[in-house]
Amino acid sequence: MSEPLLDIRHLKKYYPIKSGFWNRTVGHVKAVDDFSLTLRPGETFGLVGESGSGKSTVGRAAIRLTDKTGGEVRFRGIDLHAISAEELRRLRPKMQLIFQDPYSSLNPRVRIGDAIGEALLEHGLAAKAEIRGRVVETLEACGLSAWHYDRFPHEFSGGQRQRIGIARAMILEPELIIADEPLSALDVSIQAQIINLFRKLRETRELTLLFISHDLSVVEHLCGRVGVMYLGSMVETGPRDELFREPLHPYTRALLSAVPIPIPKLKRERIVLRGEIPNPANPPSGCKFHTRCPFAEERCREQPPEFRNVGGERFVACHLV
Amino acid sequence: MSAIGGETAAARPSFRAPVKSSMWRHAARQLMRNRLAMLGLAVVAFMFLFCFVGPLFSPYTDNKINLAQMNKPPSAQHWLGTDALGRDVLTRVMQAGRISLTVGLASMALSVLIGTLLGAVSGYLRGLVDQIIMRLADLLLTIPGLPLLFIFGALLSDWKVPTEYRMYIVMLMLSFVGWPSIARMVRGEVLSLREREFMLAADVLGLRPRRKLFRHLLPNLMPLVIVIASLNVGGAILSESVLSFFGLGVMPPTPTWGNMIDAANNLIDFQKRPWLWIPPGFSIFITVIAINVFGDGLRDVLDPRAGK
Amino acid sequence: MHTETLLEIDALEVQFHTDEGIIRAVDGVSLRVRRGETVCIVGESGCGKSMTAMAVMGLLAAQAAAGQGHSVRGQIRFEGRDLLKLGKDELRTMRGRDIAMIFQEPMTALNPVLTVGEQVMEPLIEHLKMGRKAARRRAIELIGEVGISRPEQIADSYPHELSGGMLQRIMIATAISCGPKLLIADEPTTALDVTIQAQILDMIRQIKADSDMAVLLITHDLGVVAEMADYVVVMYAGKVVEEGEVEELFANPKHPYTRGLLRSKPVLGRRQDELYSIPGQVPNPLELVPSCYFHGRCEHALPVCQIREPRLREADGGGKVACWLYEEEAAHV
Repeated sequence: MSEPLLDIRHLKKYYPIKSGFWNRTVGHVKAVDDFSLTLRPGETFGLVGESGSGKSTVGRAAIRLTDKTGGEVRFRGIDLHAISAEELRRLRPKMQLIFQDPYSSLNPRVRIGDAIGEALLEHGLAAKAEIRGRVVETLEACGLSAWHYDRFPHEFSGGQRQRIGIARAMILEPELIIADEPLSALDVSIQAQIINLFRKLRETRELTLLFISHDLSVVEHLCGRVGVMYLGSMVETGPRDELFREPLHPYTRALLSAVPIPIPKLKRERIVLRGEIPNPANPPSGCKFHTRCPFAEERCREQPPEFRNVGGERFVACHLV
Repeated sequence: MSAIGGETAAARPSFRAPVKSSMWRHAARQLMRNRLAMLGLAVVAFMFLFCFVGPLFSPYTDNKINLAQMNKPPSAQHWLGTDALGRDVLTRVMQAGRISLTVGLASMALSVLIGTLLGAVSGYLRGLVDQIIMRLADLLLTIPGLPLLFIFGALLSDWKVPTEYRMYIVMLMLSFVGWPSIARMVRGEVLSLREREFMLAADVLGLRPRRKLFRHLLPNLMPLVIVIASLNVGGAILSESVLSFFGLGVMPPTPTWGNMIDAANNLIDFQKRPWLWIPPGFSIFITVIAINVFGDGLRDVLDPRAGK
Repeated sequence: MHTETLLEIDALEVQFHTDEGIIRAVDGVSLRVRRGETVCIVGESGCGKSMTAMAVMGLLAAQAAAGQGHSVRGQIRFEGRDLLKLGKDELRTMRGRDIAMIFQEPMTALNPVLTVGEQVMEPLIEHLKMGRKAARRRAIELIGEVGISRPEQIADSYPHELSGGMLQRIMIATAISCGPKLLIADEPTTALDVTIQAQILDMIRQIKADSDMAVLLITHDLGVVAEMADYVVVMYAGKVVEEGEVEELFANPKHPYTRGLLRSKPVLGRRQDELYSIPGQVPNPLELVPSCYFHGRCEHALPVCQIREPRLREADGGGKVACWLYEEEAAHV
């Protein structure tokens, strides 16, 4: 097994809740609570979860866009949270992030050609004279045209802006791309275009992709390995085919049964969960899922389950498995 | 499957490709459709021409004292009459306008420069620097502006500052009083801009702090600064007029609209010689309103908070 | 099962007058909802599905941006009466009592300064003329009926204290409080998590079954359509391009856009290598010329598609489609 590209161990990210006259910390929102993941070079990993799962926070902490509260994140062996700001800055081209909202992630006052090329210039990755050519090359690879170079973001549609965001990341030839819900703000017909773009880019060079999404159908289509998060922790991971064919964790099973499928009158076994997603500031005791789990037992309320290997590459955190 | 290739806008569009335009050009076009704002701009332009070019056409620019002609009402030779020293009022209004407008513009420019710089530094760096600058601003804001200016004005007279320098000192005084509120607005905007996703994207790209600040943050600050500037000019002109009215700003014989009104501030002139105080008063009035109306129009097209 | 027509939209046109020109948000749309039937309008952003719903409820004025005029043409008949011709008061009585609407963002649709209980009580007091005590009792009952536990407590909470899923249930409780004959749901689950969406959709189906309420559901999610709809209307750029019974539409989609949509969505459990995607993007509403609005993105476009609009006609197998591929005349152009 080759050296992992990204190694996240027991990552924690807590946000303090302050209250009272002296602004004392009265509690914590545990956005990410003991999260571990190892990414191998060249793989596409789908990280799935609903609101409050912490998946976006994981994406940002993984490349130190936010600080961590605990745990370790290593990129090619380098501890990202231990190096200096300047060293981190120089490492940035290798690990890029694509944002969810194509409308706010582009500076409205910068022409897109400049926006895409400026990091190349800043990091000295290309000579000044070459930059325009490289930008045009990348624009075309992402389905845009050379004459888009001098335009401003507001002149483009949502799908096109997302392509610009992808071009901006790809031009740096990163080894790791974290895509944080890149499709959520797009129309269905455009989503398909962007999905195909990701596939194409993946084929042209060795790219490790951490694909964060709540859309299981897309994740199944695109990813080789999948992980499911609930309230800050990973509850199940495994190779795509196995996980979708035979989900083990009750949450994964409920999630899969809840996805609407475009086949009318389909007979499905629906696992409908009770209640709402709990408040991350006040998570349930024991197994965090027990309040909604149709199979919860006494021990689920008392003891948090261990995230353990149940054969091959399958990991689950559940007492009943 | 040529799905990707066919996805560019070139694939048989049933719509035209968008015209190349920057935010500024788009804003300018929108502004030009606002008739009230354009009227304001026209009036301001007229006042500028009136004050700076007008005197070139006047035979009375040497301001010679001509007691034979004193206090005459408007006539063919003196369109707005003469003052107590026989000087042509129309010419004096024009010349006064030069001072009032210059002081207004210059002090606004200075306070906007100081306010923007300090506000941006404060909002961007946070921490101790932020605290110091903001507490200083708070301090200045708790002291009422006009009384502070009066104290300065009185000091100027006390120190017997020569009249040529008074104009510049007045400009400095006004900027000193004006920068704190600008700094607070700019700081607020910088705080919100910092968190915008494209700033986070600049972090992800590994851009240097200097580039993030100048290339990404500042250009997005410009619309707000422009709006603040235009809305402050009117206030600066008014403040200068008030100062001069109280005899604490620019002193005669150099005319300003304020001290012309001050000179007419006695019962007889007020009642019987309206041509002495109506023209300068009206000039202040129309100029400030026109500037504010234009500034409002600018804000409608430029203010980032007015919704996209 | 469904025979009596409840809502009939006839050649509806909604136009917005902007500085840059006229936007035909809804361009000649006709559809029908029968008693107890669920009709889904499906389409992507800008297709006019939301505006159609807003027109039915008389909420268009609120949709127009500041300074924009708008105009409405056509007829919207509810139980025979043209809603567009009703006076303000008559429309208001009908709204909430006979026709109810729920929106995409429950957080913004509810008043933040009133408790949710008060908001559920409002239509009861206003339309059913209940006294406050009776209204409160019924409101608490309703909140319980929409699957919220400890309804008395929740009734005294404010919107910001509740989650999106709970707020959507409250909205539904408010909407069904007077027993409406028609529920209009504008993307009711788009902003919700998948597991919550399943709960809400189940609940709507249950209410429908209990009270024979008709539903006009607007969505962009074909999976939701498959689960909920009896009849489907597909819209594109302000026009209806295809409609039909749900099973027929999914089994035999006729319009290239419908086919493209169905093919471009990855389906859970069905593996594909290359995902089909419709090339290009939605046209600029300000720059539409008389033609089939989809021709720029259509693989099967004929020369006639660039110059003339196809009409919505009956298709083989039931349903209707607006496409030159199905018109005999096309061959003669």
